[in-house]
Amino acid sequence: MADLTVSQIRALIVKHKRLDLIFACIGVFALMVGVLTFVALFTGMVMDGAHRISWDFFTNFPSRRAEHAGILSAWVGSTLVMVVTAVTAIPVGIGGAVYLEEYAPKNWMTDIIEINVTNLAGVPSIIYGLLALGLFVYQFGFGQSILSAGLTLALLILPIVIVATREAIRSIPAVIREGAYALGATKWQTTADHILPYSIPGILTGVIIGLARAIGETAPIITIGALTFIAFLPPAPFTGDPPAGPFDWLFAPFTVMPIQMFNWTSRPEAAFHQNAAAAGLVLVVMTLSMNALAIYIRYRLRKNIKW
Amino acid sequence: MSSVASTHTLTALAEHTVSARLAKKKTRHIRERVIEGLLFLCASVSIAITLGIVVILVSESWQFFKHVSLFDFLTDSQWTPLFDDAHYGIMVLLSGTLVSSFVALAVAIPLGTMIAIYLSEFAPFSVREIAKPFLELLGGVPTIVYGYFALLYVTPALQFIFPGLPGFNLLSAGLVMGIMIIPYISSVSEDAMRSVPMAMREGSYAMGATRFQTSVRVVTPAAFSGIAAAYILGISRAVGETMIVAVAAGMQPNLTWNPAEPAATITAYIVQVALGDLPHGSIGYQTIFAAGLTLMLLTLFFNVVGHFLKRRYRQAY
Repeated sequence: MADLTVSQIRALIVKHKRLDLIFACIGVFALMVGVLTFVALFTGMVMDGAHRISWDFFTNFPSRRAEHAGILSAWVGSTLVMVVTAVTAIPVGIGGAVYLEEYAPKNWMTDIIEINVTNLAGVPSIIYGLLALGLFVYQFGFGQSILSAGLTLALLILPIVIVATREAIRSIPAVIREGAYALGATKWQTTADHILPYSIPGILTGVIIGLARAIGETAPIITIGALTFIAFLPPAPFTGDPPAGPFDWLFAPFTVMPIQMFNWTSRPEAAFHQNAAAAGLVLVVMTLSMNALAIYIRYRLRKNIKW
Repeated sequence: MSSVASTHTLTALAEHTVSARLAKKKTRHIRERVIEGLLFLCASVSIAITLGIVVILVSESWQFFKHVSLFDFLTDSQWTPLFDDAHYGIMVLLSGTLVSSFVALAVAIPLGTMIAIYLSEFAPFSVREIAKPFLELLGGVPTIVYGYFALLYVTPALQFIFPGLPGFNLLSAGLVMGIMIIPYISSVSEDAMRSVPMAMREGSYAMGATRFQTSVRVVTPAAFSGIAAAYILGISRAVGETMIVAVAAGMQPNLTWNPAEPAATITAYIVQVALGDLPHGSIGYQTIFAAGLTLMLLTLFFNVVGHFLKRRYRQAY
């Protein structure tokens, strides 16, 4: 090294600086691969499917004739399934997270639950479909219904809700809890009046991301045996006669948006592919706006809260 | 006189409220216990899910292995469970899963790692603030949409480059799957790299190292345990991905290691059976649970490997 002349050292520095620049270019290129793929996907779908999107597309049932086919049964099915998912996953997820953060004693049981939640997030979604097929569809006898599908997706997004809620709760400083306890509040009063309200933005982010994931999931719902061609609507919720009437929609056959899109994609005719593009466009706009909302809430949260 | 009486009533009142409050405290205590129990139930749902998965997969597979020997399952070179001449060689489906995952990782690992290094070490603040949410959005696109993209855009484009490529092939499915996995790998690796203490970078810069040298020789090795976790996550995603392969790689079982051929993966087979109308309890119905168990063991294997990698390279600061 000592033998290097100044000009050689300068050359070396120039070489390494160039390497820096080259790598930065490669990094931008790698980023662009992702960005451009997405842009290609989106513009491709807009070009093929945008002309199919009209009022009729949302109010027509699927049909053998591509130009008359619509996504009415699909979006109604998706909405009802999401209602079941949200109603089950949100309370259970938040409850589990509150237990783990606020109540859980440090013991082996807690450790197992924690490891378990982390591992569940890595289980392929189709495995949840198999679980639901064996458990909800046949053991519990719910059949291939909205209830089975909603519960399946609830199990799937449970780890997402739990992890997000725990992070939100963990970011609340201990002073808040100590203040509440000092005034004589019980653990639950502290949790319900302080911990939960303060962590709502964080929880909301997790819930929205979870629901966005659930709305786009196809595999588990196909696995429980959802039909791909449904040309009727489930009974309107809460209108039937009690006792079974108000909830008979839970046991109705259904289809959801991603399955409708899958059905159209796997047909050979190009006209149905245009329908698939249109359905995909609706789906992408829906999931992306949900994700964008979640990111926005998190961004606001980071800016505003100063303990 | 009246003041004494009023004092008296006041004391009585005070006593009354104290005892009332004590009584309330008792119910309060019970309520607290009940709520704690309910919250514990919520938390143990996750355990129930895991147990449910294991019990369902193992019990249905148990029925399956009463008909088919484990040896045949692992060594047979045909997978034709729905034919009269039924063969149950899982290698056929496994080859499809491994080839498509390999293609996906060959795309996602290099690109994802480079994006992570770029965003963590090179990118100006404004680029990072835009790129990170964008990558997150990319990860939020439903996989059926990627499947549509692979079948109707990427495959024709590949056929233009390689004439003779079949309409269903593992290559196109794998490539798109790779793009889908990039956000998972890049965001987890980037988090790991950013948690490397600044002092290590400063030390490296003080020795005259360039950004590139610092990121490759200091930051990446220091963050390796986190990067390994990202890769494992990517592998799990690739192995378990369903809709892209079901749509773009075809559903025809095919024992092949050539990405240019069509082949069914484990997941695509499950979808194919679920789309049909197999009676509950039949051997065909049980095959999907055996296939699911194989998939589960495969992801478990990668996770265990990842766990040891993480332990081996864990650095504490």
